[in-house]
Amino acid sequence: MIRTVVVMALFILAGCAGELAMTYGMKKVGEPERLRPRQVLQFVWRAVRTGWFWVGIPLMALNFYLLMVLLSWQPISLVIPASALSYVVGTLGAKYVLHEEVNALRWGGVCLVCLGVAIATAG
Amino acid sequence: MGRESRLRIKTLVMVLAMVACGTVGDLLLKRGMMQIGAVQLTPAGISTAFHASLTNYTVWIAIFFLIGFMLTNMTVLSWADYSFVMPASAIGYAVIAFVGVTVLGETLTPRRWFGVALICVGVIFVGQTKPRTTEMAASAESVQ
Repeated sequence: MIRTVVVMALFILAGCAGELAMTYGMKKVGEPERLRPRQVLQFVWRAVRTGWFWVGIPLMALNFYLLMVLLSWQPISLVIPASALSYVVGTLGAKYVLHEEVNALRWGGVCLVCLGVAIATAG
Repeated sequence: MGRESRLRIKTLVMVLAMVACGTVGDLLLKRGMMQIGAVQLTPAGISTAFHASLTNYTVWIAIFFLIGFMLTNMTVLSWADYSFVMPASAIGYAVIAFVGVTVLGETLTPRRWFGVALICVGVIFVGQTKPRTTEMAASAESVQ
């Protein structure tokens, strides 16, 4: 059980860290001037040349690999509801790492989403 | 229309596109992998499944949609808060439930309906907040 808890914690941390790195990188790149295919492709080209993109991708790959490991150990009805905690961890990361402003309304929404995902996906 | 409203609409449209691409991609990938059959976790089994997936049209269409998911995700995160996009994209759970009930004729237990309702209320709460609370990102042109 301790093994599952440790890998679950690593799974959540890897996923959130990957997403946070990706978000940081995309903010550095800046939004596309217009949402047209050409401008979006130019934006993607700039994005893949930033270091943060390549920090985020392996972390997300690790997150996916750890999900596969967890699913091979525990039923999906336990793994997916528990992974809903990533909404809370990700929001904490956004607040303290990316310095986003998370007010009470947003926290309330995040907690409801977390609880809702856990309830909807539990076996 | 104010700048704040335009930003909110642009963000919500992009999140919906992201959810649509992700959901369709996942469903098609599941269908494609079911066509291939259970993957044997041996080097030969993985190799066989890999070659089978390369020649499966459903898997390729799924990959197309999942690339769309990645692009929309990257694009929306270039201007919107992660703490806005991440919970807002949970609306995908409600979309899947709705598609399951209306298109596939599945039935949902009251507990699952309750979970989906909580997700929807949570997304509405998050949707009321500002999509971007950090400093204005640098424009694309200035980075070049």
